[in-house]
Amino acid sequence: MLSDQLVVERIRRDFPIFSRLENGKPLIYLDSAATSQRPIQVINAVVEFYEKINSNVHRGLYTMSEEATEAYEAARANVSSFVGCKPEELVFTRNATEALNLVAFSWGRANIKQGDTILITQMEHHSNIIPWQILSAEKKAHLEYIRITDDGLLDPVSVEEGLGKGPKIVAITQASNVLGTINDVKAIAKKAHEAGAICLVDGAQSVPHMPINVKEIGCDFLAFSGHKMLGPMGIGGLYGEFDLLDSMPPFLTGGEMIKEVNLEGASWNDVPYKFEAGTPNVEGAIGLSAAVNYLKGIGMGWVRSHERELIARALPLMLDENGVKVYGPTNPEQRGGVISFNVEGVHAHDVAEIFDSEGITIRSGHHCAMPIMNKFGIPATARVSFYVYNYGDEINVLMNAIKKVKRVFSVG
Amino acid sequence: MDEDLYREIILDHYKHPSNFGYLPEANAKFRDSNTNCGDTIQMEVRVDGGEIRDIRFTGVGCAVCIASASLLTEKVKGAKISEVMSLGEKDVLSLLGLSSITPERGKCAMLPLKVLKASLIQFQKQA
Ligand SMILES: Cc1ncc(COP(=O)(O)O)c(C=O)c1O
Repeated sequence: MLSDQLVVERIRRDFPIFSRLENGKPLIYLDSAATSQRPIQVINAVVEFYEKINSNVHRGLYTMSEEATEAYEAARANVSSFVGCKPEELVFTRNATEALNLVAFSWGRANIKQGDTILITQMEHHSNIIPWQILSAEKKAHLEYIRITDDGLLDPVSVEEGLGKGPKIVAITQASNVLGTINDVKAIAKKAHEAGAICLVDGAQSVPHMPINVKEIGCDFLAFSGHKMLGPMGIGGLYGEFDLLDSMPPFLTGGEMIKEVNLEGASWNDVPYKFEAGTPNVEGAIGLSAAVNYLKGIGMGWVRSHERELIARALPLMLDENGVKVYGPTNPEQRGGVISFNVEGVHAHDVAEIFDSEGITIRSGHHCAMPIMNKFGIPATARVSFYVYNYGDEINVLMNAIKKVKRVFSVG
Repeated sequence: MDEDLYREIILDHYKHPSNFGYLPEANAKFRDSNTNCGDTIQMEVRVDGGEIRDIRFTGVGCAVCIASASLLTEKVKGAKISEVMSLGEKDVLSLLGLSSITPERGKCAMLPLKVLKASLIQFQKQA
């Protein structure tokens, strides 16, 4: 077995971006929860598509178009196996946001009626809140939230209360992009089914970081984004249980999603094409498939344990640092590779700016999760997030940057 | 980062802002935020005879935003509405002692002036 450090060094050589200097210093990229970097294998896969087989899919009868179609469908098969579903259960979307909207729009409008309950949580990303707010307003349905505790976990009492209301759907994130919390979605999906609901999992922050199998989780839908898992921007996926997808009306409409059209109407294409109107992001799908190969190569078990080790090292240091407030669970077992924090008396923006001067890129703001900010009574947090190319030494630079923030602002 | 961003003037005004608080006798008031970063500024202004008699502000924000609000309120006390309306990014940067700013931080720096102008526009509409 190679040591973690050696594995990471080898991985980093695949990422051209790491030759970049940030403010004259080696780039320390701690913003993978926003978007990950891409390895050369992914970049090359996209370039190769354009250089060798660029043509539309499911249309031309000529060889090159058939090759493009084959590559696109091979990408679907590869990505679907990565999350443990059948190829026809994977709809390519632009990103997790579009996948979540697809469910709210298509399944939601066909199944949610006046007075029904939709259950989500207080730790959702806006993309798993707004579609449900709009749907429930439109249908006069009730939108209920599972509360979170002060340490950023789902409140078990609130889980039971929520399920007790007989929801039609439980839509929940597997990993919080702010608190880092990993939710036991397998248990939630089971409870949701027992309560007569279907279960949608937002996998935007989990699919890139841990082994995922939708059949093992038992969820009905899973949404994720390619750009957070080493893939290109503009490609993502929705897993949907086949019979459920089959029973749903289309989402966007136009070309590709129909079987037959006459002046009176149309019949819908088969799943998953029914949900892929228009020319798809073929190079994106091919790039995502290359990303999946890359992740399979290093092993998702390794990815998860690597991030857990980084968190286990960084978290105690940050918790011990005077004047630093850390949000979310303190046990690395309950956390993904994300740490949100604030330096007392300093706005998160200023923290990020000073980090940048040290070559460290982090995110600051509300992270599209304003209900979490409200829960903790803060306008914003600074956030570091780790991925496969980060290593332990970067945590020392991170801690020094926190000390610099305190020095500049004479706090702590 | 522009190391200059955290020079004394900005840090001083961030930690000890001038004119921070509410103005009960205000007749112009506005509040706005930068959606992406959550900086929020509320301006409360007393306008008499087309001039700013008094001004206070409240809000949360980064050093650049709060310092900008503090320096701006100092500058506009006694100014005519028309003078405030003609202020722009250059003026704000010169108050902050900066020659340039990145687009993201520019939004933080400009929020207080944007809110102040909005309060005055609203005041004029009501008058
Ligand atoms: C938990 C979670 N859900 C959904 C999303 C939305 O992802 P995208 O912007 O790629 O659609 C994000 C992105 O930050 C996220 O962190």
